[in-house]
Parts: sequence; C-alpha cells; structure tokens
Amino acid sequence: MTARSVCALAGALKLVFSNRLTRVYGAVTCNQRHNSTYTTIPPPARYGGRHTVTLIPGDGIGPELAKHVWELFRFCCVPVDFEVVNVDSSLASEDDIDDAIMAIRRNGVALKGNIETNHNLPPSYKSRNNLLRTTLDLYANVMHCQSLPGVRTRHRNIDIMIVRENTEGEYSSLEHENVPGVVECLKIITKTKSLRIADYAFKTARSNGRRLVTAVHKANIMKLGDGLFLDCCKEVASGYPEITFESMIVDNTTMQLVSRPQQFDVMVMPNLYGNVVSNVCAGLVGGPGLVPGANYGENYAVFETGTRNTGKSIANSNTANPTAMLLASCLLLDHLKLHDYASMIRRAVLSTLTETKLHTADLGGQGSTSEVLQHVMNAVQSTGPRTLSM
Amino acid sequence: MAAHTAAMSMSKILHPFLGGRLGNTAKVFGRTLSSQRNKTGNGRDNIPPPAKYGGRHTVTLIPGDGIGPELLNHVKEVFRFCCVPVDFEVVHVNSNVETEDDINNAITAIRRNRVALKGNIETKHTMAPSVKSRNNLLRTSLDLYANVMHCQSLPGVQTRHKNIDIMIIRENTEGEYSNLEHENVPGVVESLKIITRTNSLRIAEYAFQLAREKGRKRVTAVHKANIMKLGDGLFLQCCREVASDYPDLTFDSMIVDNTTMQLVSKPQQFDVMVMPNLYGNVVSNVCAGLVGGPGLVPGANYGRDYAVFETATRNTGKSIAGKNIANPTAMLLASCMMLDHLKLYDYATMIRNAILSTMNETRLHTADLGGQGTTSEVVQSIMRVIQSKGPLTSDL
Repeated sequence: MTARSVCALAGALKLVFSNRLTRVYGAVTCNQRHNSTYTTIPPPARYGGRHTVTLIPGDGIGPELAKHVWELFRFCCVPVDFEVVNVDSSLASEDDIDDAIMAIRRNGVALKGNIETNHNLPPSYKSRNNLLRTTLDLYANVMHCQSLPGVRTRHRNIDIMIVRENTEGEYSSLEHENVPGVVECLKIITKTKSLRIADYAFKTARSNGRRLVTAVHKANIMKLGDGLFLDCCKEVASGYPEITFESMIVDNTTMQLVSRPQQFDVMVMPNLYGNVVSNVCAGLVGGPGLVPGANYGENYAVFETGTRNTGKSIANSNTANPTAMLLASCLLLDHLKLHDYASMIRRAVLSTLTETKLHTADLGGQGSTSEVLQHVMNAVQSTGPRTLSM
Repeated sequence: MAAHTAAMSMSKILHPFLGGRLGNTAKVFGRTLSSQRNKTGNGRDNIPPPAKYGGRHTVTLIPGDGIGPELLNHVKEVFRFCCVPVDFEVVHVNSNVETEDDINNAITAIRRNRVALKGNIETKHTMAPSVKSRNNLLRTSLDLYANVMHCQSLPGVQTRHKNIDIMIIRENTEGEYSNLEHENVPGVVESLKIITRTNSLRIAEYAFQLAREKGRKRVTAVHKANIMKLGDGLFLQCCREVASDYPDLTFDSMIVDNTTMQLVSKPQQFDVMVMPNLYGNVVSNVCAGLVGGPGLVPGANYGRDYAVFETATRNTGKSIAGKNIANPTAMLLASCMMLDHLKLYDYATMIRNAILSTMNETRLHTADLGGQGTTSEVVQSIMRVIQSKGPLTSDL
C-alpha cells in the first residue's frame, strides 16, 4: 500500500523532478517492502508503461546477439527499453562492472552476454561475470534443458531443470600460495546459502508441478562441505512431502546423464557441479546455442545464455545461433509479466527451429544468424498482432 | 643390477636352510636394494617388476564391498583356469569399523607385493567425518599419483557415439580430495583444494610420456583456470612447461564445462586428456557412460613403486551385489592390465581376446548393457573361448 502510494507520488513527481531520481526512489521503497520473501520480486520499474532493462553486450558473439534481440523487440513493439552498459574486459579497473551493477540495481532486470575473463591478466583481476553475480546476490541459476522439436539429438524427451547455487562454492575466488608451489583454493559452503538454494529448488519444482528433486554432491569425499549441502537439502525436502527427494554423487550423475537422461527431473547442486552438469545437459539437448539461462536473486534477475559462452571464434561471422539469447529474452519478458509477447516470440523461435535449412553451424546446418532472425520476424508478423513494417 | 642379482641368488641359496620366514626377509632385503637403486629415476619404465618367487607372482587382492567380492572371485577362477602364474594374497577391509587397522594391513600387503587388484571399498556417509575414505587413504599413502583410464568403443556394444578412443590421466592424490575441511564459523564450511607444482609437473610428465609411448598425437589439459586462477592456473602452467619438452605432441587446454559439453556431442576429437582430481572424476565417468557404462572400463592407479588395478568408475554396486547380474568385463580387463604390468603379456592378450569376443555375443550381455545374461554365463563363455583357442588350461 505504501509503496503504491509512493509510486503514484513518483508518477506525479516525474514531471517535476528528473526521471532517474523518482525511479530510484520508487524502486528503493518497493525493494524494502519486499525484503521479507523472495517470491514477490517486485515488478521492475515501469515508466509510462514501458520497462527499462539493462543490456550488457559483453564480448564475442554477445554484442551481435544483443543487437538481434533489440531489433526483434523493436519489430514486435515490445514495451521494453534497453539501457546499454558496455563492460570492457581488457581493463583492470572495476569501474565498468560497477557501472553495470548500478544500472542493474536501478532497473532490477538485465540481459547480458558473457564478459570474457582474460587469462593473461594477473590473478587479482576477478571474473567480471562472477563479480556481477556475487554483488547482486543472484543466488539461483536456473537452466531448463528440454529436447526441442526440430533439433535432432541422440537422446530424446529430455526435460531437466537445473538449479545451481550461483554465489559460493568453488567460485569464491579465495586462493593463496602460502608456500611457493603449493596453492590452496577454498571452497566455501554455508548453511544459509544451501538452505536458500534448496528452498528455491523445491519451490520451483512445486510451482512447475515437478515430482522429483535430485541433489548432486560429492559428500563421500568432501564430507563436511557437501555433507552440509546435502543435510540442508534433506531438511528442506521434509517440508515438501509431495516431492520425492533423492541424492546422487556427481560422477554417477554425469554417467547417468549420458546414458539415461530421462530419469532426471529437477536437480539442485553447488556451483561447480552445476557448471559441469548444466554443460552436459546443454550438450545433450543440442548444444550451447539453444539453451537460455536465468540468474535470480532476491531483488534482481539477469538473463543470459545457459552455458555462458563468449564465442570469440565465431564472433562477427554471422554464424552464431541466436536461439539461446532469444529464448533468454523470452524468459526476461516472462519475468516482466509480459507473457503475451513472450509466448509470441517463443512460438516463432521454436517454429523456426523446425526448419532444418535454417539451422546454424552448431546444429550442423549452414544457415546464418540474420536468416534465422528474418524467419523469426516473419513468423511473428504472420501470426501475431501489429508489428512494425519490416 | 649386480647388487640385486646377488641378493636374489643369496635368497635362493638361503631358502632351503632357513625356511620361508627368512626367505621372505631375503625377498624384502633384495627388494629394498632394488628399490633404492631405482629411486633415482622417476619414469614409469623403471618400476621394477614385482617379486617373482618360484616364477609365480604374488598380488594383493582387496575384495571391497558390493559386487567386488564376487567379481574378484571370478577373476580368481579365470586365472586358475588359465594357469596364470599369479597367487592372490587376500586382504579384507571392513568399511563398517572406524579404526584404520584394516586398511593399514592392506597397504602393508601392497607395499610388500607391489601390485594389487581391488574392488571399491564403501564410504559410509553416516559415519563421522573423521573417518576418511578408505580408497582415498590407500591412494595417498601409496602415492599412486596417476589414474589412467582408457575409454574405447568396444565392438559388440551398441552406443550412441562410435569410434571413441580417449586416454584419461587424472591426478590421483591431491586437488579436491585432500580431505582438508573445517568449520571455523558454525554453518560455514571451508574445503581446501590443494594444487602443488611438484604433483602437477609429475602428472603432466606422466601424461606426455604415456602419450609418446602409445603413439598419441594430442594432449588436452582440462581445467577451470578462469575461475580458480592460482590453482588451476598453476596446473596449466606446469602442463605447458612439460609440453615444451615434447614438440612432437600437440598440447591444448580446455575449460571443464566446455569439455563435458564437447564430450557429449563430439567425443572423437579428444585423444589424451590430463586433469586434476575432481575434473578427472567427472570426465572419466562421462567417458565411461559414452562407451557403454561402468561395467566395461578398467582403470589403473600407478605410483612410482606400486600399481593398483580396479574398475575405472570405482562403483561399489551395492544394489546388484550377490545377484549374479554384475558385468565382469571391467574387472577382468583390469586384471589383464595387471598381467601386462607384470609383463605376462601372453596371458593378458589371451584373456583380453576372449573377453572381447564374448562381448560380441549380444545374448550374453548383462543387465547394464541392456541384456539378460548373468555374470556366471559370461565368465563361462570366456573360459570356453580360452580353452578352444589357447594353450593348456585346467579342466572346466
């Protein structure tokens, strides 16, 4: 109630003050109200009925794919404006990424390409993507891998949701060399975060009508660390009696994934195993060009391709597969509650996938990115409401 | 060489007089001399052939849990049937007790015999965290630093991918398996992953030498150095250093997530892969799944002085224990690798050919390959093949 009145006040004030100030004020109040639960992520700032979304092009194929998304949104008259923030991965200073983080705090939602982590820079230079995820506390990485029609794969009928802890685990960036030649990397597992991610996984399973949640771990070796994670999952599982809970060791999991992936439903796991398992699943359903990923936090959401590839080798050659980024933008639209636009674009993308002659190089075809995009726009125009002229 | 031969001949002379007990001492004495002699070299070629007494080798056998005991019984049957000159010294390790006496006995036996064949010992989650994994203890105490797994598509086994031939060399003693964890603050656990320069150089050296020996062209290092810059960065650097000494081999590196994705789409691009412990665990299981499952691939753990052979994916197989449906192929192929290590190449080839020809018979495939055959049928068939082809065997 209070927030709504503040937002109305903000609306009234917009004529008086600058846009940015009222939007920040309104957003801050909304966030404070919703700090108690995380399911009520407030709808991000809407000004004049149009949403503003931060866009971080990234490196490699990121910029061209982001441009395609922008073109498509413009064509479909989607009420989303993009605030583009460029992050230069070759600089050592963190100003760029701080600007991006501030923009995301302001807008609440972002669409990003992967920012390259240059190995040649000194180890004090942290991965920009990682910085973004930890600073914004985007604790859940959700990737939905399903066999798509029109894409031929060795396995069929795969439908796995992977919920991966996104902020701690092996990605803590805490390493030191006490003795020359001996490096210690710390893997951090905390009870609060494990409970939080397990809760998220079970809530997602329940809201999507899923029956089985599998925790992936290596608790026979890392007894305290993964043991804690497993215990937290078991605790949370007891609160969801309609959902079956199982656990599986990561090596067995990967082996089962390549022989019989249909047995998995929802999987929850710490950071590194999540990385490996999500890449295996992406490979099973057709490759990195097809699967979108979403990073959810309590207050923010960032959408990107599921496997976070920079694609440096295929940048600017018009051969990248835009499907993953387009489906990620559909996830974005769903998050903004623009469900009609989301389903429209998603339908168009999936119908384009069934055309084998349009398949890009990663699916074994010879189509180009722009051809795929044209076809998607055609599909939207033929089925949908008004669009801009092409 | 002279000291070793002298000690051996001395033991032969002393044996009739002093009986078995001192014979053992002479064996130990002789072996200590030879191991001291060989301590200078650290290449694999210098692992001395283990003790031959009366022309017969003694190998430690650790049955383990689950399907381990039954599979190892089958190995013993096959060896006895083929008159392989190997005697097994069986050491049981009870995974239910907390004391480490059992595993220490096993380690002593392996130190004595130099070679072992083992089933997987179960690590119960319900026991206290101070109870370390027995398998891990064995590997670290004996410093079995290289785990080698050769995944190849076997004829007769239908898989989704064909023509896979990957050798995986996995660092076996450090990395994430250091068992160093602590809880400084309640609810916050820190696990340490240790990467050292010496161990990384050692495993890289092993990988490149093995690649060269087997005539391989390419070595791929698998890492996650974009996130773990110091740790995996050190590993990668060591691999690059060693690679510069082997100009005939191509060296490249790949991040572990990309590797697993490539493995499920195009595994034929990989040749030899070298990696730290945890990635090795995951990648070797993926590869085992690609070539047909855990019942088919043997694994070997090599140290400077010792070698232990087991199934590659180290499964206990509790759920199928005692039911006669386990696939004996992995354990039998592991025993062939052991025979190769003992330089009994003829026996090894004989048994291996028999196993591979049995694999072609689809009706004998066990449950994990989608068939309905039993373990004993498979073993019987192998023995029959050996009898029909081979030299003298015991009666069936």
